Amino acid sequence: MVILNSPISKKEVVKLRAGDTVHLNGIIVTARDVAHKYLIEKKPKEYKKLLKNGVLYHCGPVVDRVGKKWIIAAAGPTTSMRQEPYTAEVIREYGVSGIIGKGGMGDRTLEALKKYKAVYFHAIGGLAQVLAECVVDVKDVFMLKEFGSPEAMWVLDVRDFPVTITMDSHGNSLHKTMYEKSGAILNSLITKGGL
Amino acid sequence: MQVMKKTDRGLSNKNLLNTFVELIRRASSDLPVDVVTAIKEGLLTEKRNSIAYKTLQMILKNIKLAKEKSLPMCQDTGTPVFYVTLPNPPLSPFVKGGCSGIRGIINQAIKESVHKLYLRPNIVDTLTGKNLGDRTGPGYPVINFEEWEKDYIKVILMLKGGGCENVGTQYALPDSRVNAGRDLEGVRRCILDAVHKAQGRGCSPGILGVCIGGDRVSSYEESKRQLLRSLDDRNENPVLGKLEQSIMKDSNRLGIGPMGFGGKTTLLGVKIGSLCRIPPSYFVSVTYMCWAYRRRGFEYENEKVRRWLY
Ligand code: SF4
Repeated sequence: MVILNSPISKKEVVKLRAGDTVHLNGIIVTARDVAHKYLIEKKPKEYKKLLKNGVLYHCGPVVDRVGKKWIIAAAGPTTSMRQEPYTAEVIREYGVSGIIGKGGMGDRTLEALKKYKAVYFHAIGGLAQVLAECVVDVKDVFMLKEFGSPEAMWVLDVRDFPVTITMDSHGNSLHKTMYEKSGAILNSLITKGGL
Repeated sequence: MQVMKKTDRGLSNKNLLNTFVELIRRASSDLPVDVVTAIKEGLLTEKRNSIAYKTLQMILKNIKLAKEKSLPMCQDTGTPVFYVTLPNPPLSPFVKGGCSGIRGIINQAIKESVHKLYLRPNIVDTLTGKNLGDRTGPGYPVINFEEWEKDYIKVILMLKGGGCENVGTQYALPDSRVNAGRDLEGVRRCILDAVHKAQGRGCSPGILGVCIGGDRVSSYEESKRQLLRSLDDRNENPVLGKLEQSIMKDSNRLGIGPMGFGGKTTLLGVKIGSLCRIPPSYFVSVTYMCWAYRRRGFEYENEKVRRWLY
């Protein structure tokens, strides 16, 4: 198992391989499609520093307010494919080093991971409680009023956040290999099998 | 809200409202025992300390935490799909306003559940993209009404996640893409193709609800209704029962495993039903349900819960 601290330098990124299991520590920023669209269309400068070598998390958390503090009540990953149209550009514009999500991403993102040195971390879908427990602090939130709580950009400090690298900066995608491998088995089941 | 007098055999809406809120809490935070058992059985088939094993272990830990904290096991609390069965009017200990009365109570229960954090504010106006917060709107929640000859109310709630709903699919046979003809072998090919296409994206291990026949709408509807069956039940139709077992075995040979990381546990269950069809149509509809297979229910009689279901 690899222990990583975010922000993650590009030197560290290239050492990571698809298949590595990782415990992530430090700052991650939630962003879904609405936030991605905003980052690309408006190119707001104030996020440059926050996202440089940073990690984006595809997540729309359930959030509670206790006094002045925000509490993350549930925070599992959401489907990453929704962010596919924007991700390559976000990685390029902001120098992002990691994306956390579920279900994997497409060819454009895989290319961008290679070109700009970044990785895709797969979190376990539905793991809302275990992952919420990994959040030790809510540092900030952006665009809460404009986007509503699930789409807002929550800046989270996490410890031992468990993920698996399924797409790396060398062009490997476990999703692609799994699709092909299971496809070959399917074909043999169809030709051999039957009821 | 006006409370009906007992002599009218009317029900207090307040009691029913509280029962609905409790139903939502249970559904969102406490996974039914048949599902937990199936996940544990899956764990035992995986190699110790493999990624599949660790993933299932983590999922079981998550289920336990959600129950302890009475919080959503998954932050996508899904589309609430209700199945409400009401007594025939002559038998009726009725709810004021009938079906629309129940609809009002359910909408109120959803509002309260959002404030209690059992549900995420999860509804968006499709045209404006605006989140409606604790409100409800057309298409959310989904409520199916039925009548029966018994004199108590039965309600089942399923929270249907979005990620798994997106990998559901429908085939019209014959389908040359998967080389499927209009027979059970063709049906089998379609279902296995759906499992392969879904990979881990529906948050596997998943459960399939399948319907053969019907029209496009009734077929999808029945495929979802199949998910109300208990995971350990037996299909009443031996032909469909055999098909269920065959799909289950073959799917778990594909090697997709939990989240598509690889492993033996790709599916936890397969439930197949059939509807009559007209000769031109032969549909195979597949609803994919994630491991967070949240469904709960209750029977309600004389102002109180007669029995909790699942
Ligand atoms: S598919 Fe199910 S487990 Fe996965 S994120 Fe959606 S609701 Fe949660």
